[in-house]
Amino acid sequence: MSMTDGPTPLPSAKAAQSADDREALTTAPGASIAGRKGKKPGSLGQRWNALSRQQQWAFLLIVVVLAYLLPVINPPILTTEPGNNFGLACFNMARFALIAIGLNVVIGYAGLLDLGYVAFFAVGAYVSAMLTSPDSAFLKIPYLWTIPVAMAVTMFFGVLLGIPTLRLRGDYLAIVTLGFGEIVRILATIIPAMKGQVGFQSVGHPPGTAADGTPIFTNSNGIPWYWLILTIIIIVLLLVGNLERSRVGRAWVAIREDEDAAEIMGVPTFKYKVWAFAIGASVGGLSGALAAGQVGFISNQRFDVYTSILFVAAVVLGGAGNKVGAIVGGALVSYIPDRFTAIAEYKYLIFGIALVLIMIFRSQGLFPARQRLLSYGRDAYKWAVKKDDGGASAKRTAGTAQEKGAQA
Amino acid sequence: MLTSLLTSMPMDNDWISFDVASLGENFWSATFDGLTFGSIYALVALGYTLVYGVLNLINFAHSEVFIMGCYAVFFTLNGLGFGPNVPHLSLASIVLNLVLALVIAMIASALTAFLVERVAYKPLRKRNAPRLVFLITAIGVSFTIQYTIYAIRGPSPEAAVTMFKPTPIFDVFGTIIDSQQLVIVIAAVIMMVLTERFISKSRTGRGIRAVAQDPDTATLMGVNKERIIIITFVIGGILAGAAALFYVMKIPSGVQYNGGFVLGIKAFAAAVLGGIGNVRGALLGGLLLGLIGNYGQILLGNSQWTDVVAFMVLVLVLLVRPEGILGTSLGRSKA
Repeated sequence: MSMTDGPTPLPSAKAAQSADDREALTTAPGASIAGRKGKKPGSLGQRWNALSRQQQWAFLLIVVVLAYLLPVINPPILTTEPGNNFGLACFNMARFALIAIGLNVVIGYAGLLDLGYVAFFAVGAYVSAMLTSPDSAFLKIPYLWTIPVAMAVTMFFGVLLGIPTLRLRGDYLAIVTLGFGEIVRILATIIPAMKGQVGFQSVGHPPGTAADGTPIFTNSNGIPWYWLILTIIIIVLLLVGNLERSRVGRAWVAIREDEDAAEIMGVPTFKYKVWAFAIGASVGGLSGALAAGQVGFISNQRFDVYTSILFVAAVVLGGAGNKVGAIVGGALVSYIPDRFTAIAEYKYLIFGIALVLIMIFRSQGLFPARQRLLSYGRDAYKWAVKKDDGGASAKRTAGTAQEKGAQA
Repeated sequence: MLTSLLTSMPMDNDWISFDVASLGENFWSATFDGLTFGSIYALVALGYTLVYGVLNLINFAHSEVFIMGCYAVFFTLNGLGFGPNVPHLSLASIVLNLVLALVIAMIASALTAFLVERVAYKPLRKRNAPRLVFLITAIGVSFTIQYTIYAIRGPSPEAAVTMFKPTPIFDVFGTIIDSQQLVIVIAAVIMMVLTERFISKSRTGRGIRAVAQDPDTATLMGVNKERIIIITFVIGGILAGAAALFYVMKIPSGVQYNGGFVLGIKAFAAAVLGGIGNVRGALLGGLLLGLIGNYGQILLGNSQWTDVVAFMVLVLVLLVRPEGILGTSLGRSKA
């Protein structure tokens, strides 16, 4: 093969899509190739992948419709009432899910531990509040316009924070983001224009009135807000899903798995890390703006480090690197304290223990990420093995036997 | 639209002002106080640095190792009859009581560090987990311990325990140095020098440096890695216990479920500032951070600024010197 040919596509690359392979990947990335033939069939992921594309879409459609109807149905056992209004609980679940989707880009895809994510949420909330609340001296714009503005501003902050820190070693990022989270909270206290504990009252909301003239979007009714945020989640999911499958997504996974190797293979790691950071930040700002609108009041009270770590718990609980996992994790982190009000006070304790247990016993979370990149690598290996299956076969068997002996 | 946005911005800048006169006036008292806080940071920072050197792990739970020491000090001194008021005891009996509290705090912290290592980190190490998993576990452990304390002791700080009344010893540049500052700084420096000597001279210290440099080779050379890791955690715990006593001495009412977390973040920042994995770096970083925070607070006229200034400096230093000020790793540190 001459050098100009470029890499030949692997004959079995298509096979990566097959259900069998995906199942193998959902288990441990380090699982031996021989061992995976014995995997028990019929796991959820495998069955899902065995469905045709149309069936998958149809199933998704049902899930989406059910999701939209959830607060209206108000299912008896699932409901958080009488303790908490179920519509508001649904909105909070969706809000956490959106945050988890954003943070999942940073932690799950790019493997960057961001412990100050609440800062982006706070920036988004403040942008929305300061541009709509009568308490602020800024220019007023309609609420819906503050959402893109909030996203742009938080993205700017993400880049601002990312450029100096993402050049550093990964561990430092955790501490610098933690510090950033604290700084935003403290600045909200110190700067008079941000009004500290007094905060901003009557933050704006989307327009629209019901038949009797009352506004649709109110602070006490979570259902319209839930529908709004659910729609936004679906849009964000489509965008993030496309990113994940694109060159950018592959670069992120490469960085997560081995940054040095990625850099050597020509991935501009710094650039893509800043991208991950900025996209994650803007989703955080988006959800901050929505939360500010729904609650209608913003002060410096709820933007502490603990909330940041709760967000991390949401991503890790669901399974870092998996969108479905992030949604479920985010929803659970919000739902459990709302549903079981008796233990709500101990939510940090519960999620702290959950973090440790998950990391020790099931570090891939409830919904393990499919490691497509590794699947390509494994296919390449299989293909190579098959290709020189002739003479080298005996030798290799001997080698494997030896290896097994060493392991025993 | 942008111009109208800008013009409508409130332009009062009174939230940030540089009170240089105040800094000039209080310079020396800020310096001595900063050094006192700095030596407490440095003691805690040593725990971070040692564990980072050996395991390449930010042990977020170290702040909880520290706060367990604080609670040990609180309960011991409370049991011995210390309270919010200055105790009427002879000097000898105060010293005796404090030494007892110190030893108990060291044991409590070392035990916590040991248990955290065994319960949380060892299972991960066994299966070669990725670093992100270690970090998240460390945060989970920190959360668990913090909120276990919260569940037992509630959100409010414990009652103050005053150990002794700071008496002026001598004055430098017109500023009085009191006995409290002196005790803390001298004791902290002695502990740090002892740690330094232990790491650089003793056989076990050589083992620690060997594991920090290259765990696999060190194991091949006959170093018992698991033992070294435990010893490292325990040393960090002992130093954190000492720091706990000095912390309670300095801030008698500072024992609170999340008191360690805030201090821990700053101590870790101190370790990074000086060069993580470097024993002398932890000392330098701790003292610097204590000074910078105190100067910033006086210059900007609000105690809230302490953390903001400290983190800004950390980020700026890391931009110029990503390895920290002294920069060498634990393994390479000679002498």
